[in-house]
Amino acid sequence: MSTVEADTAAELEDPIGALGALAGEHLDPASPLTPSRSLRRRHIVSRVMEGGQTASALLALAVLGIVVWSVVEHAAGVLSIDFLTKNPPLQVELPGGGIGPEIVGTALLMLVATAIAAPVGVLIALYLTEFGGTSRTARAIGLALDLLNGTPTILIGLFIFLLLVVGTGQSGYAAAIALAIIMVPLIARAVQEVLLLVPLGMREGADALGVTRWRAVRGIVLPSALGGIVTATILALARAAGETAPLILLSSIFAGTVSLNLGTAVPNIPIYILNASESASPYGFERAWGAAFVLLTFILLASLGGRALLARSRRKLAG
Amino acid sequence: MPNGSQSAAVAAERSSGLLASARRRAGLGGAEGLGDLLFRLLCTLVALLAIAVLIAIVYELVQGARPAMSRFGLGFLVHEIWEPNFEKLGALTYIYGTVVTCFVTMLLAVPLGVSIALFLSTVASGRVRSVIGPLVEMLAAIPSVILGFWGLVVFAPFLRDHVEPFLHEALGFLPFFGTPSTTGQGLFTASLILTIMVVPIVAAISRDLFLTVPQEMRDGAIALGATRWEVVRGVILPSTASGVVAASFLGLGRALGEAIAVLQVIGGGNSIKASWFEPGETLASKIAIEILGAPFKLQKSSLFYLGVILLVLGLLSNLAARAIMNRFDVHVQAAR
Repeated sequence: MSTVEADTAAELEDPIGALGALAGEHLDPASPLTPSRSLRRRHIVSRVMEGGQTASALLALAVLGIVVWSVVEHAAGVLSIDFLTKNPPLQVELPGGGIGPEIVGTALLMLVATAIAAPVGVLIALYLTEFGGTSRTARAIGLALDLLNGTPTILIGLFIFLLLVVGTGQSGYAAAIALAIIMVPLIARAVQEVLLLVPLGMREGADALGVTRWRAVRGIVLPSALGGIVTATILALARAAGETAPLILLSSIFAGTVSLNLGTAVPNIPIYILNASESASPYGFERAWGAAFVLLTFILLASLGGRALLARSRRKLAG
Repeated sequence: MPNGSQSAAVAAERSSGLLASARRRAGLGGAEGLGDLLFRLLCTLVALLAIAVLIAIVYELVQGARPAMSRFGLGFLVHEIWEPNFEKLGALTYIYGTVVTCFVTMLLAVPLGVSIALFLSTVASGRVRSVIGPLVEMLAAIPSVILGFWGLVVFAPFLRDHVEPFLHEALGFLPFFGTPSTTGQGLFTASLILTIMVVPIVAAISRDLFLTVPQEMRDGAIALGATRWEVVRGVILPSTASGVVAASFLGLGRALGEAIAVLQVIGGGNSIKASWFEPGETLASKIAIEILGAPFKLQKSSLFYLGVILLVLGLLSNLAARAIMNRFDVHVQAAR
C-alpha cells in the first residue's frame, strides 16, 4: 500500500493532491496519511525489534523448560518411596539406596536457620519502619542489608568457617547460622515493604487512644502484616534451601545416616548433588538427578506459592 | 526475587522515613513506658547486628588473609603461578577467569535481559506479562548446584558438539575461539551458565523500571508518530538508562560471586589460556574447590586473600548499583 507506485496512483486519483503537486508539492493534505518509504522502513525496524524481544523472552522460557524437563526426565527412573526414605549406599559408585538422611538434614538445617532468621529479619524491619525513620543509623542499616544481600555466599561461608569451624570442626549449627545470614536481608526487606502497607490510619488510631508503641505493634501492625511476614519467610527459605557454597565449608563431611545432631556436620541435599556430580559414576548421577528433582520441586512450589500469597496479602493490605 | 527488590527497597526506605517523621512532627508515638523502651532497644540492637555482621565478615576475612598479604603483598594480584608446595602463590589466573566469565556473561545477559524486560513491559499484554514474568523469575530460583549439574551433564556436551566447533569455524581467527575442548567444560560454558543466572535479575529490575515511565510520555511520543521501537529508543531507554546500568551491576555481583555452578562446569585449570574454550577457575570457584583440602597454612591464607579480592569486587559492584539506583529514583520522583 505504501510503495512508490501506490503513492503516485493515490496522488493521481486525488484531485487535491494533484493540485498540491501543481502548486509545487507543498499543499498536499493527504500526504501525511500515506506512509512513505521511510515510514515503511521504520515500521519494519519496529517489528524486527519486537520480534527480537519476543524471541528472547521465549528463549528464557525454553531454557527454564529444558532444565526442568532434564531434571524430571532423568529423575523419573530413580524416584520411589525407597529413594526418599533409604540411606545412600556406602560408596557413591554402588547402585540403589536413597537420600533419606539428606532430606531430613536439609529440613533440619532450614528449620534452625528460619528460627534464627525470621525473628531477626522482622525485628530489623520493625526498627526500619517504626523507629529508624530517615536517621543516619537507619540508612546505614539499610545499606548493610543490601550489601549483605549482595555478598557472595561463599564468603559468608568463609566467615563462619573462620569463626566457628576452624579448630572445632564442621557443625550443623555453623551451617544454619550461615544460611540465616543469607536469609535475614531478604526477610527484612520484604517485611519492611509489607509493614509500610499497614494503613497509617490504623497506627494513628492506636496513637490517638494512647496505646504504647509496643502494644500497637503487637496488637495492630504485626497481626495485619502476618500474611506478608509468612510469605517473605517462605521466599527466603526457597532461596536458602538450594545454597551450596557455604555448606561446602560448614557441613559437607558427613556419614550416610540420619543425623539430628547439630553439633556435627548434617547430611544435606545440595552437597549430596555436588558430590554425586563430581563422582562421574552413572549410579551417582542417577541419584543426583533424583535429589535435584526433590529439591527443585520444593523450591519451585515454595517460591510460586510464596509469590501468590504475597500478591494476595499485598492486595488485602492495600485494600 | 534475589536482588530485584532493590528499587522497591529504596522507595520503601523513603516512605518509611516520611511515616516516622510525620509521627514525630505530630508528637505521636504513645507514652514511652518500660516495655516500649525495651522493645525499642531490642529492635535497635538487632538492627545494628546487620552492620556488625558485615564488619565482622570484612574483619575475619582480612585476618585470615593476613599471612598471605604480608608475604606476597600486592604482587599477589599479578602473579600467575599457583604452586602451594613451593609457596609460590598468585591470584592472576583466577582474576583472569573471573574477568573473562563476567565479561562474556554481561555481554550476553544485559541485551537479553533488557529485551525480555522490553517484551514484558511494552509488547506483552497484561495477562501474558503476568504469566511470563514470574516464569522468567523462576529461572533465578533454580539452585546453582542443579543448574551446574545440568550444565555438566547436558549443556557442556551439547556446546562441545555443536556450538564450539561452529564458533571456532566462524570466528577462529580470534584467539578467544580456539579449538573446542574435549569435555565441553571451560570458561565459555561457565559464562553461559552464569548468563542463565544473571538474565532473570536484569530482566526483573529493568521491567520494573520500564513500567515506571509515565504513560503520558509514551502516549505523547506515539501521538507524534513514533513507532513502538522509537518510543523505546527515544523515551523509555533514555529515561531509564542509569537504572539499567544499576541492574547490570547487581547482575555482575551475582556473576562474580557464584562458586558452585562455576566449579561444576569450568573444568578446573590452573593457567591462563587465550581460548575461552579452555578450562580455568574463578576466584569464587577456586576458594570453593580448594579450601577444605588445603594442607598448607600459607595456601589456606592465600585462599582467604582471594576471598578478600572477591569481597572488594562484590562490594564495589553492589555499591555502584545502589548509588545509581538512589540517584535514579530521585529522577523518577522529580519526573512525576
